[in-house]
Amino acid sequence: MTATATRRRGWTVGKAAAWTYLLGVLFVTIFPFYWILRTALSDNYALMAEPASLLPAGFTWGPFRRVLGLATTEESIAEGGSGASVELGHFLVNSVIYATLSTALIVFFSTLAAYAFARLHWRGRDLVFSMFLTALMVPGILTLLPNFVLVKELGLLNTFAGMILPGSLFSAFNIFFLRQFMLGLSTEIEEAALLDGAGRLRVLFGITLPMTSGPVITLSILGFIGMWNDYFWPLLVTSDESVQPLTLALAVFKQSSPQAQPDWAGLMAATLVAALPMLALFMVFGKRIVNSIGFSGVK
Amino acid sequence: MALLETPARETRPPQPATRRRGRGRGAVNANSPAHRGDARLAWVLIAPSLIGFAVFAVYPTLRGLYLSFTDFAVLTPPTWVGFDNYAKLAADDVFWSALGVTVYFVALSVTMSLAVSIVTAAVLHRLTSSTVIRGLIILPFLISAVVAATVWAWMLDAQLGIVNIAIEALGGDGVRFLTSREWAIPSIALINVWKQMGYTSIIIFAGLQTIPPTVYEAGRIDGASELQMFRRLTLPLLRPILALVLVLNVIGAFQVFDIVQVTTKGGPANASNVLQMLIYSKAFGQFDFGYASAMSFALFAILLVITFLQMRLLRANESEVSA
Repeated sequence: MTATATRRRGWTVGKAAAWTYLLGVLFVTIFPFYWILRTALSDNYALMAEPASLLPAGFTWGPFRRVLGLATTEESIAEGGSGASVELGHFLVNSVIYATLSTALIVFFSTLAAYAFARLHWRGRDLVFSMFLTALMVPGILTLLPNFVLVKELGLLNTFAGMILPGSLFSAFNIFFLRQFMLGLSTEIEEAALLDGAGRLRVLFGITLPMTSGPVITLSILGFIGMWNDYFWPLLVTSDESVQPLTLALAVFKQSSPQAQPDWAGLMAATLVAALPMLALFMVFGKRIVNSIGFSGVK
Repeated sequence: MALLETPARETRPPQPATRRRGRGRGAVNANSPAHRGDARLAWVLIAPSLIGFAVFAVYPTLRGLYLSFTDFAVLTPPTWVGFDNYAKLAADDVFWSALGVTVYFVALSVTMSLAVSIVTAAVLHRLTSSTVIRGLIILPFLISAVVAATVWAWMLDAQLGIVNIAIEALGGDGVRFLTSREWAIPSIALINVWKQMGYTSIIIFAGLQTIPPTVYEAGRIDGASELQMFRRLTLPLLRPILALVLVLNVIGAFQVFDIVQVTTKGGPANASNVLQMLIYSKAFGQFDFGYASAMSFALFAILLVITFLQMRLLRANESEVSA
């Protein structure tokens, strides 16, 4: 080893250790995703015979056919499935409706409120704002049961309205986050537009909103991820498959296996279908998502 | 998400309205034609949020408080029972055991998550700025806890799970991860860490990037090793962000539900029956809504105290941090 190499040796060893650590973390992070795919392409009986196989055991498209409702009951049972048919496509549509509507509404209403708090002058502004901020401290558990009772009384159990409404009107975090950003925007363009006779709403939608598109997209992405993955609230307010989102369908799929051994291959195929939209979102917006998360924490 | 942090910067100078507040009705805007009619528009703009706040946040909170003093099974009207539910709570072994289980889970989960996240973020920061690697690390955050729990339930399966097969291949004894009393909570904590670690790492990583490189250059000139710099420079400078992720992780962990529901449903024999699981089964399994509400408030009180303590911790550290 040369003299310079010796001088830098500690650093190099440290660097090698750091890379090893990082690769280890990446392996643990990614391996389960591979394992979903591998299991989803396996035959249940072959899985029991060779559980350690790193490649699909007894390769078959059967689990996906079962999950998408394409397999007959006999086919399903022959492959170690329960014979129960679950049409994930239908749940997928429910999830899209739930996540998209919820996210669109909450971001829209939060933007309006943030504008009122950042740009308009009115009595009671600070009072209302600090009231909203205290809501940040209240954990979800406190309002869950009473909100369930309320939604039940309103006759909204098993409806999209019941699922969406409680979370779609008010988000203290969104309002706080957007207001903070709007306070940092220059007022000059807005004031010029106002002097030229533009209305307040025109300024809001024509000038302020476009300038706020960055944080709005951030909140939309994070909101969509959260709503898509939401489990507890839909679990409480829906029991009917016509409105249930994917997250619930997975549990249904798991429970629909009456045998001692669950239909792991089918379950993994269903899991993959459930995760696929998020993985697609990641392919398209990967960098944006990464930056959004950092942004939301540090800003 | 960054719910509890104070604004990093307030770039705008105080607005006239703020400065002149309290001079009486209308005085604020009178001399500013630009703000005539602001009030009416403002109330229109905040109306949806205000309704949502009142109907789905304030009202349910107050109602939950009321329900916690009643006997209520949803189908019949609530009857007032005073402090009965809370007295029952204090004497309820299952509740105290659930509290213990929850605290154990929070401690395990948060310690592991923070340790792994800090190291990961620091390693990322010093090695690579690759967005691809950062992206891969947050993949588990993108999928639902249900999906994460399902996959891990399969991988940790006692007979066919790949983790046990690997342990046995390496000469160890198989572990009944989700079906034994001693392993249920550590296993659920592991799944939670797997799911949360990337998100926390990215936030810490973003915090690291706000530390000026000159700090490290100075450290290097002084002959500090990487480890020393991590301990003496990185950690102290990061304290506000660490306090933030600590608060968020603790609050999140206290309310764990999805993973438990999918993997163990609280079993075996209540070994993983966390508070939120208990509240759920009391309310929707036994329709004891009054008692479940009382437990919600107990959990809330615990969270409040913990958050308060952590905020104190955060504030105490601020002076030490500012460069």
